[in-house]
Amino acid sequence: MIEVRNIKKSFDGKTILHGISTSFYDGKTNLIIGQSGSGKTVLMKSIVGLLRPEEGEILYDGRDIMRMNAGQMKNLRKEIGMLFQGSALFDSETVLGNVMFPLKMFSDLTPDEQLERAHFCIERVNLKGADDKYPSEISGGMQKRVAIARAIALNPKYLFCDEPNSGLDPKTSILIDELLSDITKEYNITTIINTHDMNSVLGIGENIIFVDKGHNGWTGTKDDIFDSECQALNDFVFATDLFRRVKNYVKATRNDRKEGVK
Amino acid sequence: MIIESSLASLGKYCLFLCRVFSFPDRWKESFKRYINEIVKLGLDSIPLVIVISIFIGAVCTIQMYLNTTSPLMPRYSVGLATREIILLEFSSSILCLILAGKVGSNIASEIGTMRVTEQIDALEIMGVNSANFLVLPKILAMITFITVLVVFSMFTSLWGGYMVCAVTGLVPVSTYVYGIQTMFIEWYVWYAIIKSLFFAFVISSVASYFGYYVKGGALEVGKASTNAVVSSSILILLLDVILTKVMLQ
Ligand SMILES: Nc1ncnc2c1ncn2[C@@H]1O[C@H](COP(=O)(O)OP(=O)(O)O)[C@@H](O)[C@H]1O
Ligand SMILES: [Mg+2]
Repeated sequence: MIEVRNIKKSFDGKTILHGISTSFYDGKTNLIIGQSGSGKTVLMKSIVGLLRPEEGEILYDGRDIMRMNAGQMKNLRKEIGMLFQGSALFDSETVLGNVMFPLKMFSDLTPDEQLERAHFCIERVNLKGADDKYPSEISGGMQKRVAIARAIALNPKYLFCDEPNSGLDPKTSILIDELLSDITKEYNITTIINTHDMNSVLGIGENIIFVDKGHNGWTGTKDDIFDSECQALNDFVFATDLFRRVKNYVKATRNDRKEGVK
Repeated sequence: MIIESSLASLGKYCLFLCRVFSFPDRWKESFKRYINEIVKLGLDSIPLVIVISIFIGAVCTIQMYLNTTSPLMPRYSVGLATREIILLEFSSSILCLILAGKVGSNIASEIGTMRVTEQIDALEIMGVNSANFLVLPKILAMITFITVLVVFSMFTSLWGGYMVCAVTGLVPVSTYVYGIQTMFIEWYVWYAIIKSLFFAFVISSVASYFGYYVKGGALEVGKASTNAVVSSSILILLLDVILTKVMLQ
């Protein structure tokens, strides 16, 4: 479990995060949602320690990363996997090279075992046979999957994903979401996903944190979201006609069910 | 204002170097990168070095001939003056200025691209010291290989002069060869090599620094690589003056 308490972050005097507090749970897909520019990426980078917030506490199962020394930080890093918005694959390495990279740098496995583990991860994300391709030779969806394979290579306890399905078509997006959700359950990972994709929110949102212009907006699950009274959240989630209709439909069927019970 | 910001940059550059010069996480991986960088930054520069050196050597010889037509000057002074120019300035300082353009922009844009596409963040999140992992092999590769490039350039430049003499007959070839051998001071070769070690460090570290701290997108990467070339060129010229004063006086 990761607990975030009252973190504040500003750039050049402009406050981006105004004291966010929340919790992320093991074995669940935790979603951070919000408009573009609301500070989701800054929040995620602060939690993983790529940015340093001015105030607040970030507890990884009780360990506060703001008070860690370099050695402790390094150990924690081995438990963290991260998927970046643009995949961030190493251009000069092949698919296999990318997945092997963390293993080569940090595992104590023999070269054969490393190769076996890398192949296992590549197969887990259904990319068998793409080993020798370079990132520039594969599609965006495949790049995301390679990045997932690289992120899970060291068996992380915490997996961070910054907009895992930005720039992908809806079908591929759903595949990526399902993959992330399955991996989370399979290995009991604390998965945190940044997204502004409503399909993901309604598909895999087990614990949703809505960030409203750097403020704590709303917290709940994908089922609670239909009953939310939070105006900013409703404006954001039910922005399109389609999702308003979905909301009306869900509410109507729920009422029917309630009446049926009576 | 300007002084303040340049001092701030200098401080940031020094802190950056502190992160670069630490022990690698995995020696084997860093060594592999070092070999790669030697190929990419060093071996791949050889054709450029050859072409430029031959032509400059040839032009120097022609100029020396045209500008020393006094009957009091012995003909072999053409070879001698060409040699001194090549050894003292061209094969170290000018060559490094040219390499600052080629190698410097290559390093800055490579590292800058890694920064804006979050590849550096990806390294950091894994717990890799990205500055050390990416930059140290480049600096070491440049410092070790620059000697080869400089010596290579000395020979090809003098050969360029030789070819001009042989083809056009400005000066008899034997006189030219006598000229480049006479009154030879070995220290000048060492002086050129020592200077170039400093320049190699400047080129690779300054370009890496500019690339490493890029913010934004592709446009900023382009700007960073231009700035890297300009800054390292100025530093090279400045160092040239200082080192010459220190070593030749
Ligand atoms: N390194 C930075 N320096 C200055 N401002 C930044 C930096 N990173 C992000 N910001 C600003 O923070 C705000 C939130 O950005 P971000 O977290 O990327 O939004 P999103 O929710 O779309 O991921 C934006 O206005 C952005 O300009
Ligand atoms: Mg973002």
